[in-house]
Amino acid sequence: MKVAVIQFPGSNCDQDAVWALKLVGLEAELVWHTEKNLEGFQAAILPGGFSYGDYLRAGALAKFSPVMAEVRRLAQRGNPVVGICNGFQVLTEAGLLPGALLANTNLHFTCKDVYLRVERTDLPFTTGYQPGQVLKIPIAHGEGRYYSDAETLERLEQNRQVVFRYAPPPSSAEGEADGYNPNGSLNDIAGIVNEQGNVLGMMPHPERAVEGLLGYADGLPFFTSLKQALEAVGA
Amino acid sequence: MEGTLPPLVQEAGIPLHEYREIVRLLGREPNRLELYLFKVMWSEHCSYKNSRPLLKLLPNEGPAVLQGPGENAGVVDIGEGWAVAFKIESHNHPSAVEPVQGAATGVGGIIRDIVAMGAWPIALLNSLRFGKLDGPEGDRTRYLVRGVVEGIAHYGNAIGVPTVGGEVYFHPDYQDNPLVNAMCVGLLRADELKRSRATLARPVYYVGSKTGRDGIGGAAFASEELSEESESKRPSVQVGDPFMGKLTLEVTLEAIRQDLVEGVQDMGAAGLTSSLSEMAHKSGLGIELNLDRVPKRETGMNPLELMLSESQERMVLVPRPGREKDLETLAARFGLDAVPVAHMIAEPVFRVVARGQTVAEVPTHALADAPTYVREGQENPAIAQQRARDLNGLPLPQNLEEVLLRLLASPNLCSRAPIFERYDHQVGTNTVLVPGKGDAAILRIKGTGRGIAVKVDANPRYSKLAPRLGAMHALAEAARNVSVVGGKPLAYTDGLNCGNPETPAGYFELSETIAGLAEASAALGLPVVSGNVSLYNEGPSYRIPPTPMVGVVGLLENLEHRAELGFQKAGELVVLIGSPEGHLGASEYLWVVHGLEAGTPPAPDLAQEARAQAAIRELIGRGWVKAAHDVAEGGLAVALAEMCLPYSLGATIEVRSQARPDALLFGEAPSRILFTVDQALLQMAVRVLEQHGLPHQILGQVGGDRLTILMPKQRLEWSVAALRKAWDAPLREVLP
Repeated sequence: MKVAVIQFPGSNCDQDAVWALKLVGLEAELVWHTEKNLEGFQAAILPGGFSYGDYLRAGALAKFSPVMAEVRRLAQRGNPVVGICNGFQVLTEAGLLPGALLANTNLHFTCKDVYLRVERTDLPFTTGYQPGQVLKIPIAHGEGRYYSDAETLERLEQNRQVVFRYAPPPSSAEGEADGYNPNGSLNDIAGIVNEQGNVLGMMPHPERAVEGLLGYADGLPFFTSLKQALEAVGA
Repeated sequence: MEGTLPPLVQEAGIPLHEYREIVRLLGREPNRLELYLFKVMWSEHCSYKNSRPLLKLLPNEGPAVLQGPGENAGVVDIGEGWAVAFKIESHNHPSAVEPVQGAATGVGGIIRDIVAMGAWPIALLNSLRFGKLDGPEGDRTRYLVRGVVEGIAHYGNAIGVPTVGGEVYFHPDYQDNPLVNAMCVGLLRADELKRSRATLARPVYYVGSKTGRDGIGGAAFASEELSEESESKRPSVQVGDPFMGKLTLEVTLEAIRQDLVEGVQDMGAAGLTSSLSEMAHKSGLGIELNLDRVPKRETGMNPLELMLSESQERMVLVPRPGREKDLETLAARFGLDAVPVAHMIAEPVFRVVARGQTVAEVPTHALADAPTYVREGQENPAIAQQRARDLNGLPLPQNLEEVLLRLLASPNLCSRAPIFERYDHQVGTNTVLVPGKGDAAILRIKGTGRGIAVKVDANPRYSKLAPRLGAMHALAEAARNVSVVGGKPLAYTDGLNCGNPETPAGYFELSETIAGLAEASAALGLPVVSGNVSLYNEGPSYRIPPTPMVGVVGLLENLEHRAELGFQKAGELVVLIGSPEGHLGASEYLWVVHGLEAGTPPAPDLAQEARAQAAIRELIGRGWVKAAHDVAEGGLAVALAEMCLPYSLGATIEVRSQARPDALLFGEAPSRILFTVDQALLQMAVRVLEQHGLPHQILGQVGGDRLTILMPKQRLEWSVAALRKAWDAPLREVLP
């Protein structure tokens, strides 16, 4: 059960993803972006950061990295592939997920807690959640506004490809309901999957929300779900 | 040479007596390049020539200190084989003329200092000072705030080091000359500490970005007053590239991990000149630099430009014998240049060679040992007058409820969330206490139960009116903030920002500030391990108040026992360490409500300070206290309001005293700490306070959604929602 955490030059949440995977008992290895072989890995995570400095456009250069052909092959074979934050941007740039991530409507980088509603609990990443459960997970991005043309958006909704949606906090003591969507994403989209349900991209950082010590627990089921799914396939 | 200056000396802007000293040291006249090497190395920024004699007063030894001042950063032991390296550094003048790049490269520079010690950077903090937000000068201030915040975010977020804390203060005297100081903390194995050293005949590698014509003479620019012409110094500002910075960081730390290098040095201020000559001097050797080998970004750069360039994202690495190829291979993997540009020689000189010819040759000690100055300081009489002002006749405001809301909505007390939300404060997944949640940030050390607490602080109003007291307060308060989250302060780094030391008033402020720091260091048992001096912070109309930005690092041996600032549990009792009566002199209340900056700041009792900090650490360490907060600017009422905000939980408080109501509510006093404790534990908690000989009062109880303060003759009440509304808004308007 080995998960590849892809390291592009400029990735900076790579170690955090490895830490979270190991915390739930998964094997995780950093894989440098020039690697041409992902043999032996059952899943891949494209972590957050600023791949290639986000020059040109967030995620735009990383899609040309040699390792991406292998990530694509893994995705086509039905193995779980996750893009978090910058990784989500890379997946849309690479055409593995539809739509694009545009600059936040506030036009600046925003790091804070947001609340997410879980829309699907039948995916390798979400079986540990309850339908409609509201999670507290931090975001940290400048370009996270999910956008697609109307047709794609409708298809996403019809196929139930929206996995996480920004939602108001469950109680007023935890924040204000106004402006719960932190970046202006269409339909409050925070994370989506492909039609097959094995390639997921999300802007919030579940890997930052796996330990009570740091004030979070809601990201943990994301990784335990993944572990279960990989074990089920492996068995 | 008597009388008129040689044209070259005039061009370089070197005082005649320093030029004579250079001639004496060389035994001949320097050529133009050599003269400029002296100019940058003898600048205040590189040589501390005005501050060095004073800095000797600061204690720099202690049981936890592994590396004191003099290296790229200080290092303290935190146990279980781990150590932390930390340092604060200023980037004031670049930020004044080009706020985005000035602030960004300030962050980049301090990160490289930490990396040079062999430490993985785990946290950034910053300390910012700006002028007025209101009136016609407000536009420039807002431009600077936006630019500086953008620059810090741009660099820190991309390089993947969390910005976990900071402070910002607005005061008219920063109008001409804002302050941008950045602090970085790094984690290392104590036995992997690196220093700026090299042995004889070793090749010296240049690793990182190529050298261009940016930041030329930056160190010298940092050591002059700002003027109308400073805008034309924009080319002296370096340009940051966090992407290259990240790659350089990874190569350096991986090279250390693989034990490929014997010495590391950051290439920061004064670029090749400073990094190579200092490394040679510290190693007791000389160095020969071949400029033809330096990777260049543009063509036609002459030796002077190459030697003075402050292009960013460059490091100096000295490979261990036989590991040269491994270092080159490692750098190539990241697409970076790694070139042997120099080698160590026995003769203690800094020799620069270009196209086969020696273009400069200077004894390394001559560059390192700039002349030092001890001057006569004298206080500006206007400040003494302000301090002596009688505040007894001050009118009492009619509506004290409204006063608290005004204070919460004032620039120095309102919410900092609009700033810190722009910084990634969690990357690295070590941030236990995020900004806004505690008086200091807490970071865990993975694989241990330990954590560190970090805080940077300075009160310019205190320092302006009484520089010596202000410096004592700065250290006391930063240490107190670390203690109230449960950390035992280990050591500090100081960013000393002052005006022109060549004026009697400027020198007085500098020397008084250092004297105050020295006194507080000794009394609190806290050594300084690193620091930075930034002088000449003044412009045509304003000189900054002396601003000693003190960054304290403390240790939590057991992270389970820590406190945050917000009330968390209804029913807990609220206890105050110290007296409820505050002073109005130099208070934020006096400034915001009465428009006065006058009176004397409260005199700190450092022995009581040490006991108050020890007591709160003991209470937290026993697991009895989970909420604690320092009572600082704005006094008791503001501190109580701040404790209501994080979890929207109110309290009912009773203050029994015959003092003026505004002094009770908003007056300031040192060594005061508010905390909450369960009723069942109260007796034991009080016993701890008594054992430490501390005055204290049980003020009231946590609960409800309102803050109620009962005074001898009146009852004041605010909804927490109203407090939040006042506190939330002001900086959102600057940073929407």
